[in-house]
Amino acid sequence: MTNSIPMPGKHIVIAKDALQTLFSTLQAANYTLVGPTVREEAIVYEEIGQMDDLPVGWTDEQGPGTYRLEEAGDGRYFNYVVGPHSWKKFLYPPKLTLFSAQQNGDGVEFTANKESPQYAFIGVRGCELAAIAIQDRIFLEGQVTDPHYKKRRERAFILAVNCTQPGETCFCVSMQTGPKVKNGFDLSLTELDESFLLEIGSELGGEMLADCDWRPAGSYELNQSRQLMLDAEMRMGRSLDTADLPEILLDNLDHPRWDEVAERCLSCMNCTLVCPTCFCSDVQDVSDLTGGKTERVRVWDSCFNPDFSHVHGGNLRPNIRARYRQWLTHKLASWEAQFGTLGCVGCGRCITWCPVGIDLTEEAAAIRGGQS
Amino acid sequence: MSPGHKPRLAVFKFASCDGCQLSLLDCEDELLAIAGAVEIAYFAEASRRMLEGPYDVTLVEGSVTTDEEIEKIKEARRESRFLVSIGACAISGGIQALRNWTDVNEYIHTVYATPKYIDTLAKSHPISDYVPVDFELRGCPISKSQLLELVTSLLIGRKPRVPEYSVCMECKWRGTVCVMVAQGIPCLGPATQAGCNALCPAYNRGCYGCFGPVETPNPLSLGEHFVELGQSRAEVSRAFRSFNGYLPAFREASEQFEDS
Repeated sequence: MTNSIPMPGKHIVIAKDALQTLFSTLQAANYTLVGPTVREEAIVYEEIGQMDDLPVGWTDEQGPGTYRLEEAGDGRYFNYVVGPHSWKKFLYPPKLTLFSAQQNGDGVEFTANKESPQYAFIGVRGCELAAIAIQDRIFLEGQVTDPHYKKRRERAFILAVNCTQPGETCFCVSMQTGPKVKNGFDLSLTELDESFLLEIGSELGGEMLADCDWRPAGSYELNQSRQLMLDAEMRMGRSLDTADLPEILLDNLDHPRWDEVAERCLSCMNCTLVCPTCFCSDVQDVSDLTGGKTERVRVWDSCFNPDFSHVHGGNLRPNIRARYRQWLTHKLASWEAQFGTLGCVGCGRCITWCPVGIDLTEEAAAIRGGQS
Repeated sequence: MSPGHKPRLAVFKFASCDGCQLSLLDCEDELLAIAGAVEIAYFAEASRRMLEGPYDVTLVEGSVTTDEEIEKIKEARRESRFLVSIGACAISGGIQALRNWTDVNEYIHTVYATPKYIDTLAKSHPISDYVPVDFELRGCPISKSQLLELVTSLLIGRKPRVPEYSVCMECKWRGTVCVMVAQGIPCLGPATQAGCNALCPAYNRGCYGCFGPVETPNPLSLGEHFVELGQSRAEVSRAFRSFNGYLPAFREASEQFEDS
């Protein structure tokens, strides 16, 4: 074992408890660690302090409309499927004060939100990295850059995890986003039986390992990791045929399937709020009784919110059918024209966290199968 | 509001538990600011000083259950520029509207020793059955912050910002894990208008529907899901038939599950 600084592109092996050394180094470098932890019968993403906060020995069982936390008792740290939260809650917070304004004599004094948290994301899956890349295109690469997203994104450290535990609602293989992470990380980790295999993705990633004992990965570890990825690919619970999907969906806007899904859909917004790429927001002015002080707050919104499509003269999407169709055709069709990719990464959250278990892969397949 | 004088506020109570008007007194931090911004002209729960109308803003709590109350609400409407129903009773008939599905005379004879002293309407009615209402502030009880938002917006002269979306939005803003998906707890949240900051799910309970149905709910699909989670159809019917049970969307769902 050595503890010099490994170079980008290198594969190294650390003992499992050496992850704590990495955490301490990140904390010493002023990173706030956020990662998976067990709360409210689920594995959520929250601020964590040390390795023991990770969901060690926990896993989950998922299906359409159902999630159950389960004790695996295997001592593994990353043996779970993605849960109800996504990293967007840190990069693009659900409620963010953009600025406040205070009446000051004849004028108005504005105070901007200058928060600039520095997060280290622990355990980002391939599908989630792809989701972050999609939100990068939305918030950073369009005509207008979102300064709040930009600050958070540029300062974030990413410890990615190669996914060895896909779930019943996963289809990252169809979307070509996983289970192995490809790029966009500082470090990526594969959990082996006795150790962690790490790939160095950036110089910063290597530097954060300066205090860790590590050794170069051998063919044993690399083969084991490769095998785990192949196994994970074979265990996708779902698949989505994306060939010509945008054209098929947009050519079938009057398909009877939209009526059928509207019978089940609650228009409750869960799918959009758990989706790691959905990015719609509302901006609200919150004033005090006299109107002397006002805050402008940005909150997550959803195309399933009736108010979202309420304009002068009425509602553009007055019923659930219109709203579901808008969501699915945006996510799997018109997103491509807008941003160059589909808006779905195959993480399966919208299927698991839909209270009535509506499955977008099933809906898309039904429309493909019964084209008018 | 018209310039030149402080807007005059009145609070009237009909058949109710007083919880909603108490929300106004619960605005402890903001109460002095409210008292400074408006003239509290009539608020029997808070002050002996009861001034006659007209009023700029009238908050009405409770449902209409007697002939006398029908006259009283008509009088209040005549005296009020803005009339706002506050709370489930004033908007839906309240929990006491459970009697709307029964024969009230049977109840009177069961409950009261001398039934002839009781003079009541056959049903518990929302305020809007008798007079035009300018705004309805949902909840059982109403939310203090929504009440402040309503008063603020009326004072400033803008539209009150009150949600049309479901409780699920507030769960997701808070980061609360869905109790229905993760624990199989029946939750009315997906069909219920937000406003409580998703209080019950944050304490590991399903939503009880205190803020009534959203604009376009799908209670039949939600109710069928409750059945899949193990509830009987009678239990589903009762879940919809609570504080806001007589609002059309919940009423129809409760009747559908009762009869099937």
